[in-house]
Amino acid sequence: MMAQEMIPGAQALLRVFEEENVDVFFGYPGGSVIPIFDALYDSSIKCVLPRHEQGGAHAADGYARATGRVGVCMATSGPGACNLVTGLATAYMDSIPMVAVTGQVRTNLVGSDSFQEADVTGITIPITKHNYLVKEPYQIERFADVVREAFYLARSGRPGPVLIDVPTDVSSGCVPWTPRNIEALDAYEVPEPPDAAAIERAAEMIAKAERPVMMIGGGVVNGNASDEIRELSAKCNLAVVHTLMAKGCFPESHELSMGMPGMHGMAYASYAIQHSDLLVVIGARFDDRITGDLSRFAPDAQVIHIDIDPAEIDKVRYANIGIACDAKTATRALIEAATARERGAWEERLITYKREHPLGYTDDDELMAPQFVVEKLHEVTGGKAIIATEVGQNQMWAAQYYGLDEPRKWCTSGGLGTMGYGHPAAIGAQFGRPGELVVDIAGDGSIQMNMQELTTGTIHKLPYKIIILNNSFLGMVRQWQDMFYDKRYSGVDLTGNPDFVKLAEAHGAVGLRCGDRDKVVETLERAMEVDDGPVMVDFVVSKEQNVFPMIPAGKSFENLIGCPMARK
Amino acid sequence: MEIERTISVLVKNRPRVLARISGLFARRGFNIDSLAVSTTESEEISRMTISTTADPPTLSQIAKQVSKLHDVVKVIDHTNRRTVERELCLIKTSVDRGQRGELIALCDVFRGDIVDIGNGTVMVQLIGDTDKIDAFVELLADYDIVEMVRSGKIVLDRGAQKE
Repeated sequence: MMAQEMIPGAQALLRVFEEENVDVFFGYPGGSVIPIFDALYDSSIKCVLPRHEQGGAHAADGYARATGRVGVCMATSGPGACNLVTGLATAYMDSIPMVAVTGQVRTNLVGSDSFQEADVTGITIPITKHNYLVKEPYQIERFADVVREAFYLARSGRPGPVLIDVPTDVSSGCVPWTPRNIEALDAYEVPEPPDAAAIERAAEMIAKAERPVMMIGGGVVNGNASDEIRELSAKCNLAVVHTLMAKGCFPESHELSMGMPGMHGMAYASYAIQHSDLLVVIGARFDDRITGDLSRFAPDAQVIHIDIDPAEIDKVRYANIGIACDAKTATRALIEAATARERGAWEERLITYKREHPLGYTDDDELMAPQFVVEKLHEVTGGKAIIATEVGQNQMWAAQYYGLDEPRKWCTSGGLGTMGYGHPAAIGAQFGRPGELVVDIAGDGSIQMNMQELTTGTIHKLPYKIIILNNSFLGMVRQWQDMFYDKRYSGVDLTGNPDFVKLAEAHGAVGLRCGDRDKVVETLERAMEVDDGPVMVDFVVSKEQNVFPMIPAGKSFENLIGCPMARK
Repeated sequence: MEIERTISVLVKNRPRVLARISGLFARRGFNIDSLAVSTTESEEISRMTISTTADPPTLSQIAKQVSKLHDVVKVIDHTNRRTVERELCLIKTSVDRGQRGELIALCDVFRGDIVDIGNGTVMVQLIGDTDKIDAFVELLADYDIVEMVRSGKIVLDRGAQKE
């Protein structure tokens, strides 16, 4: 037997990064990860230094969403690792493949409350798909495989973040460099090919349905199944609604796209679901923001539910047919089993309803409507930009008014609803897709949560744009206080915001401001011209615009508050 | 309709695996009525026997969610299977000399053992299924129970029968 090659743990880590084709990761150093940063000194892998570990985690997430590859971030022990927590929870809720490497105190100090020690594997159990503390001999001996396994787990099955906690003496000490051997994953099962009989029955149900609607979710993005969704819709003339996560998987400009349902979804999307007799649900999980009152959600519909995670089937809504399989394979099988179906009265009814109940807003305030800015952004960019969003009203207006025709152009914190996500996610997306236009649609509240990353953008000359819809309020909470709390505005007034133009300039970025309807296009065009660094545009908009339509929490389609009629 | 049912979870014998399982039950709001953890025929595998009370959809969710944990090798649902189910109980009662004979007779009926006699106390060990132990504990209500501990239920499926 050949002598086992022994190399420092830090080197083994980076060698596996190379095997996994990691071209860039987001890492913040600190005492316990110095050995890894030392090994990086001799490595060709690019490490981007965010200005806060949270920014690094969201950047890895944005990179993953925009590219489909595993995003990687790194932080030191204790506070550094704790700062990753929001980013991990965000990625976990949206099933985003990520590997986070954290430093840990020396193995002999673990558990002794030593300096910068935190029980990071304990803290992150509920927000990671799996995690490792590399402390026991059996793990140290197969450290290379632990890292490989982390990547494998992150991207396979239902993707998610995986954390590896590496004590300093493991990264600086020697570990055996072992060839890839991760069959130890015997307990981990990725769902099999779809049950042929279930696919046959699903095809029959589609053929017999009078009012079928397809509802697609984030599983279609993760499963790279957009082409199959289009094909199935074309063959069976199925109208398609998409959840927030699946934006772009079915072209929003398509006649049969019924938009996004749910709390702030389009009225026609909710209408389609509510009157359907068959929901073909692919890669979506019946989130409460979609269903509202579950007992009144799609009351007449039978459900075909395809999801890679068997635990999602029957979790919220009973499925008449449940198929645990990845979206691409299952949809492909369904296309082959299905008989072509003509477009009928139901589809005509939906198209008519959509035409008669469009999105709309009033724009009669002295200050312009925020929706107007998003509409113009769509115009100026031809609907081709990769969009990141913050969370709140800005996110919903982006979802409503920035129609997308392609997948992986949408980075938004859907499940967790993390303010401060969009800006670092835009940075991650820009690293992943350097030649393309990336825009963060932001509010004046959430942009301040990860403002520090402008420096990261400037240093790396990243030409992404931040569009602040500045209404001097925490708008979504203000809207709820307006509608459900007698306008008792509490804790939402952002008067006293910093000067965003100066703030951009202080970071070395370009800052622009526009409060005039007639100058929106011109301002956006100026922003697009900058190609050597970030641009932050402060759009001063109407202060008290609400997001409509709205189905209040826990209510159903009958309680939908429609859009005010557009006066344009 | 809520029913009680028992699952066995075979897990890799690794640090923190109990925290992963119990944390999952806690954060998803599943009940644990009883939990027993032990080694098995394989050094690498531990066995958790978990009893829970829930309605059928929740029970199915529990099994599916537990199965997703990377350290879980297998989930065995014992519902509607032929099983052997046991629990061990130790009960320390306060009895005076006059009551001892009566208590020993009671133990005989339940096939319990007296395992310790102290100054004014008698400790009984009882092995059986949960119902039997419940019944015994109920009878002992007439005595003063000083301390009691139950091991939690353990279950194995019975072997195959001849055709």
